[in-house]
Amino acid sequence: MVDPLPHTGLAGRAAEVATARPRPRRRVVRLQGHRAADRAYSVLTTAAAAAVPLLLLVIAVVVTMGAWPALRQFGLGFLTSSDWDPVRNVYGVAPAIYGTLVTSFLALLIATPLAVGAAVFLTEYSPEWLRRPAAFLIDLLAAIPSVIFGLWAIFVLVPILREHVMPFLRDTLGLGATPFFSGPAYGPSLLAASLILAVMILPYISAVSREVLAAVPRSQREAALALGATQWEMIRSAVIPFARSGILGGVILGLGRALGETMAVTMVIGNRQEISASLFAPGYTLASAIANQFSEATGDLQLSALMAAGFVLFVVTLIVNAGARWLVWRTGRLAR
Amino acid sequence: MTRTWIIAVAGLALAACGGGDKGGNANTGSGAQPQASAGGGGADLVGAGATFPNPIYQRWFYDYAQSTGVKINYQSIGSGGGIRQVSEQTVDFGASDSPMSDQEMSQAKGGAVMHFPSVIGAVAVTYNLPGAPDGLKLTGDVLAAIFQGKVTKWNDPGIAALNPGVKLPAQDILVVHRSDGSGTTYIFTDYLAAVSPAWKASPGKGKDVQWPVGLGGKGNEGVAGQIKQTPGALGYVELAYARQNKLPVAAVRNAAGKFVQPSLQGATAAAAGVAQSLPPTTDFRISIVNAPGADTYPISSFTWLLVYQNQTDAAKGRKLVDFIGWALHDGQKEVQALDYAPLPANMVQMEIERLKTVKLPGATT
Repeated sequence: MVDPLPHTGLAGRAAEVATARPRPRRRVVRLQGHRAADRAYSVLTTAAAAAVPLLLLVIAVVVTMGAWPALRQFGLGFLTSSDWDPVRNVYGVAPAIYGTLVTSFLALLIATPLAVGAAVFLTEYSPEWLRRPAAFLIDLLAAIPSVIFGLWAIFVLVPILREHVMPFLRDTLGLGATPFFSGPAYGPSLLAASLILAVMILPYISAVSREVLAAVPRSQREAALALGATQWEMIRSAVIPFARSGILGGVILGLGRALGETMAVTMVIGNRQEISASLFAPGYTLASAIANQFSEATGDLQLSALMAAGFVLFVVTLIVNAGARWLVWRTGRLAR
Repeated sequence: MTRTWIIAVAGLALAACGGGDKGGNANTGSGAQPQASAGGGGADLVGAGATFPNPIYQRWFYDYAQSTGVKINYQSIGSGGGIRQVSEQTVDFGASDSPMSDQEMSQAKGGAVMHFPSVIGAVAVTYNLPGAPDGLKLTGDVLAAIFQGKVTKWNDPGIAALNPGVKLPAQDILVVHRSDGSGTTYIFTDYLAAVSPAWKASPGKGKDVQWPVGLGGKGNEGVAGQIKQTPGALGYVELAYARQNKLPVAAVRNAAGKFVQPSLQGATAAAAGVAQSLPPTTDFRISIVNAPGADTYPISSFTWLLVYQNQTDAAKGRKLVDFIGWALHDGQKEVQALDYAPLPANMVQMEIERLKTVKLPGATT
């Protein structure tokens, strides 16, 4: 692989030093004086780097300890049961796991082409004057609080889905014959949650993709053009393959956000503990179960069950992330 | 360069999301102290619990501080959290929309917890049925059947028989309930369990139950929003919310057989009806749903202040008792302005008597 930023390489720096004019002596002295500071910085950054995994470990331990009573009581049934009955103290999270995975993957499916498309446009096609404002606006999406997304979804997105999109998919396109688009269109649904998630993760995927695409060396592009490629062929054969693992990294970032998103999803998913094939049906996610019930949970077992839901979300996120990392690693190797 | 910008933006978004939960901390003036100061930073008393009475409590604490100088810091973290914090003795008093269960009482570390009803709330049944008037008539049986999924159409004979002259469409009823645990759900399911043996058997009553049918909306606003947007929807919200947003509300048949629309007077009447037959030894962990009396609104309930009978700090205990006494007298005059129902006179009298049984260390009486 070509070093994408050759001027930061050690060889580059050495060349720079070699060709530079002799510097005043004063500077050298100051550089030596920096040794203590250097060591201090090294200690500080090491501490910072160690703090993050440590924090993760502490969270994992606390969540696991809190979840233990419920996990012991229900065992594997906690993962497969659809019961969530605080009155009888019986808990299971199968619908929540299902809803979490379905909404997150559907959101990725919708957001990835849009985000990558926008990134390709902004790095390859866009006129110079549009590039920065458009990128800024996309990034701004990430700055909107999730409650605002939720409110917007309740008052704008959900009515549109109920009045227009759902009837259109089900009746006009005849997709109602499949189990995925059947049933009454109430509005709040797995589909609504997936769409709002797609909007929310779009800026993350797009921002990372843009950076990666911009980092593709000029020589790579010029070589493709020199071989007679059109602009689209150049993008497809030289730019995107080069940036593929980076783009996938952005997708993973988006996926992580989608799996854990709570407020906006809770507001539009319909909060029903049921596994339904139809995307029009209401559903539940692990994060919304915790958000909905934690403040009013009184029984020890209910609290523990909510911790266990958190534990399951933790594990699901780990598994999905590990899978995605493996995918990146594999495509990285294939690209070579 | 751009990357730092993205990270900054992402950080901002995260920070903003963090502040996005529970907007219930309406600090009416006295909240000059941040709510988060669990230690009470400068407050004389610290309490925590139910979100439903938070607006009136904040108003009380502000007025009380103005007239007596006693500062009370209240954190509206939810009834469950209130009960937990009282049990752990991390606050001076708690507040809850549902009475503590015997098991919860036995787990409280500071001994016997006394319940003092502070104000009365009611739950309104609201709906969206084009062409139907405000005040559609419903009974507890019909409501239970609707929420169990046994009655699914608006023109069901059960509903039609109660509403002669109203043209009911052959439309599906979309049931909307709260998705988050809440005192509102507790009151509503307490009522359904009281009028319907089938409901009592399953799903039963609680701050959250396993709903047989319907969609879950988060908060009163989530339920009301869903109902407003969906023709054919029916659900329940807190009375104050229904009044402030002028939602159409059903007239529910009370124990005396009269159809009553939810009102503050109806909720107070429910408490008065129950108070008449209360034994003097009551601990006030009582339900006032489906209460006797011609004018009572049947889906009403107290919200409680939770106080240890054996106070450990004489000065704090004195202040707490004084405040509750004030809330039962002067405080009741302010509640209607915020859409809560005041306690009836006979109830106030009984509570004052019971307040005298709070024991302060070193006190002779």
